[in-house]
Amino acid sequence: MTEPLIRPKRKDPLKRSRQPTLPPAWRSRTAHVLTRVAAEGRFAMQFCPACEIYCYPSREACPQCLTADLIVKDAPRDGVILSETTVRVPSDVYFRERAPWRIGLVHLTCGPVLVSHLHGDCKEGNAVRMSFQIDKAGQAVAFARPKAETPFMSDDKQWREMTADPKFRRVLITNGRTPVGQEIAQALKAAGASILFVGIAEPWKPFPGEDALRGIEGIDIVPLDVSDEKSVFDLAADIGGKVDILINTSEHIRAGGLFDRTGTTTSHVEIGQVYMGLVHLAQAFGPAMRSRGADGTNSAAAWVNILSAYALTNWPKFGQYSAVQAACLSLSQCLRAELRPGGVRVMNVFSGPLDVEWFQTLPPPKVAPRALAASVVRGLKEGLEDVFVGEVAEDIRKRFAANPKALERELGE
Amino acid sequence: MQASKRRPYDRVVLTAPVTIPYVRFSVESAQWWVGRALKGLVDAAGIKASDIDGLCVSSFTLGTDTAIALTQHFGLCVRWLEHIPLGGASAVAALRHAARAVEAGDADIVACVAGDTNHVDSFRRTLEHFSRFSQDAAYPYGAGGANANFALIAQNYMRTYGVTREDLGKIAVSQRTNALRNPHALMKAPLTLEQYIGARPISDPIHLFDCVMPCAGAEAFLVMREDTAKSLGIASARLLGTIERHNAFANDPVQVRGGWAMDIGELYAMAGVKPDDIDVLETYDDYPFIVMMQFEDLGFCKKGEGAEFVRSHDLTIDGDFPQNTSGGQLSVGQAGAGGAYLGMVEALRQVLGTAGPTQVKNARVALASGFGMINYDRGLSSGAAIIAGASS
Repeated sequence: MTEPLIRPKRKDPLKRSRQPTLPPAWRSRTAHVLTRVAAEGRFAMQFCPACEIYCYPSREACPQCLTADLIVKDAPRDGVILSETTVRVPSDVYFRERAPWRIGLVHLTCGPVLVSHLHGDCKEGNAVRMSFQIDKAGQAVAFARPKAETPFMSDDKQWREMTADPKFRRVLITNGRTPVGQEIAQALKAAGASILFVGIAEPWKPFPGEDALRGIEGIDIVPLDVSDEKSVFDLAADIGGKVDILINTSEHIRAGGLFDRTGTTTSHVEIGQVYMGLVHLAQAFGPAMRSRGADGTNSAAAWVNILSAYALTNWPKFGQYSAVQAACLSLSQCLRAELRPGGVRVMNVFSGPLDVEWFQTLPPPKVAPRALAASVVRGLKEGLEDVFVGEVAEDIRKRFAANPKALERELGE
Repeated sequence: MQASKRRPYDRVVLTAPVTIPYVRFSVESAQWWVGRALKGLVDAAGIKASDIDGLCVSSFTLGTDTAIALTQHFGLCVRWLEHIPLGGASAVAALRHAARAVEAGDADIVACVAGDTNHVDSFRRTLEHFSRFSQDAAYPYGAGGANANFALIAQNYMRTYGVTREDLGKIAVSQRTNALRNPHALMKAPLTLEQYIGARPISDPIHLFDCVMPCAGAEAFLVMREDTAKSLGIASARLLGTIERHNAFANDPVQVRGGWAMDIGELYAMAGVKPDDIDVLETYDDYPFIVMMQFEDLGFCKKGEGAEFVRSHDLTIDGDFPQNTSGGQLSVGQAGAGGAYLGMVEALRQVLGTAGPTQVKNARVALASGFGMINYDRGLSSGAAIIAGASS
């Protein structure tokens, strides 16, 4: 039985914040095949097509036929816990602070035996559902969960280290004017977030959905214009120490590539709103979040960027928009590296065209803002790093993985 | 393909057992400890350092040095050189390799040395960077190191074969009883079964007295031909048989046996003795349940009968089954790779009749085993050697 989380009390400002520490982070290059699958929430391992065996731990050749031609293949998630132990005296500070810590040997039905973290509700002999999770060090680790949902399952202390569950956490949504920002606010509230700070630039200007947004319990509308450095730093001075999850919903969607736009005014605005917005937010809120990565139940946990799937490969019809998205994707990797010492994860949510006015002329399928919001919550609850929302984004992900050049040519047709 | 049989040894002997007494923490380097052990060998055999023409070294804490660096460091000009990074299986492997070298005339006097230092925090760092599989897929899970890995094996072993903590406690308590007679043992206080059972848990079912204490120290012996030993006028023990095996039983989902089980028949056949003929047994005792596993895999009882075997035998020096007579690593301390040599060096003393306070009466034939390298989920290396005193 998982002990339900207790709503954290207001923090005594005189108390020292526990400094973040990280689990052992060193991995071989080959082991990062698992980082890649964990980032997307897949369960896959090295596989020898000739011998038809899965290989674990990651290695450089098949232990049966010695071929180096191992592929990464999705695997059934079923396994049985052969043996478990509770580590009570770890040799490393991160685990020492969190001991006792349960691990086990899990025999997968597809063959390999994995040393794995164990959810509190599964015991020796149990059939389990396996996943690879991103731990606080940003590395992939095996995790065994009960096959069926158990009460307060996501409150499990070891599981919560692997996720950025919104329950009892304080969230900043940077732009509440848009349908996306508003749906995310509703979804985060439903997921148990305690306080929702929602940024509104020029708050005296009314906007659609304002009443419903203001009606959410625990919401705090804050003035925020991400393109304005002072506005961002002013807000950070006020609430920077209590933002546990930051969801960057800033957007500026305009069609056009290079030749069909006149001048650079639009370019400057989209860079200022979106790219510089991310820079301002990161510089203002990032350092405080990094220092609060181990600050109890409502520690800083995640930074979420809502990006377009066209960040991966340019779509010339929205060519400059795609370029700014690509710049944000690149910067998010920088941000991820700089937040990692705090154990704060960066999750990028890649969406296909949204069902909003700025994509009015595009044919379906389009992503409903509510579906995007649901994906954000799912990604946080499962501790993902890359989330693809909707058929278009999923299509681009697959084509990009298969052949980026083919994707580039086809998007340019 | 039919595997060939291991050929028996032709008058290969071990001499000059050396122990450099252990300390919990040392400010000295591993090189210092190896140097002391080499000096001990030279003194014990009454030879000059320049007489050593073969060198085999095992250590975890030499930093960037391997055996070759040590030749210059200690002024040794050797014609046979070996560095064995097999942890707890290093002594058996060293002996096997050296034996064939002297037998073939590749060397006359091989110094087999293992030593490690133990600085504050060096143990944690050894764990963190133990091996690639360990770093990728074991250590990041709770960072319990060997204790956690072996706990997973112990948990399954105890459940599968009905082994109780009392059974394992008897091994630990008996070894402590033996250690009280060994002035070099770091553990000086008696251990009762109640203390063993009541000890704090480390990684269930491993408790404090299931664990070895990392320390600094060194152990060594010489390998040569019998005629060389005779001409030097030093007592020696004959090597009767050895086995070595790595990554055995890879398809066992959890380790329930070591590689010994693959080769044990050949060990006794090569040595020309039976388990009943073994007067002293020195097992590799990183954990008491691994000792019990060796009772089974080395042929003293059947698989699954280890607990009953322990219940029905007295494992102390004066008992009917003297085992780990020095106190073993559990009570003497684990000096890194020196832990592999502890049993071998003690076995050598026993059959030479020079074990002093821990001497087993009329010990003639001894078996020393090794076990090492938990690379991911199991110990990969195993080995064993049977030696006999000169009177045989």
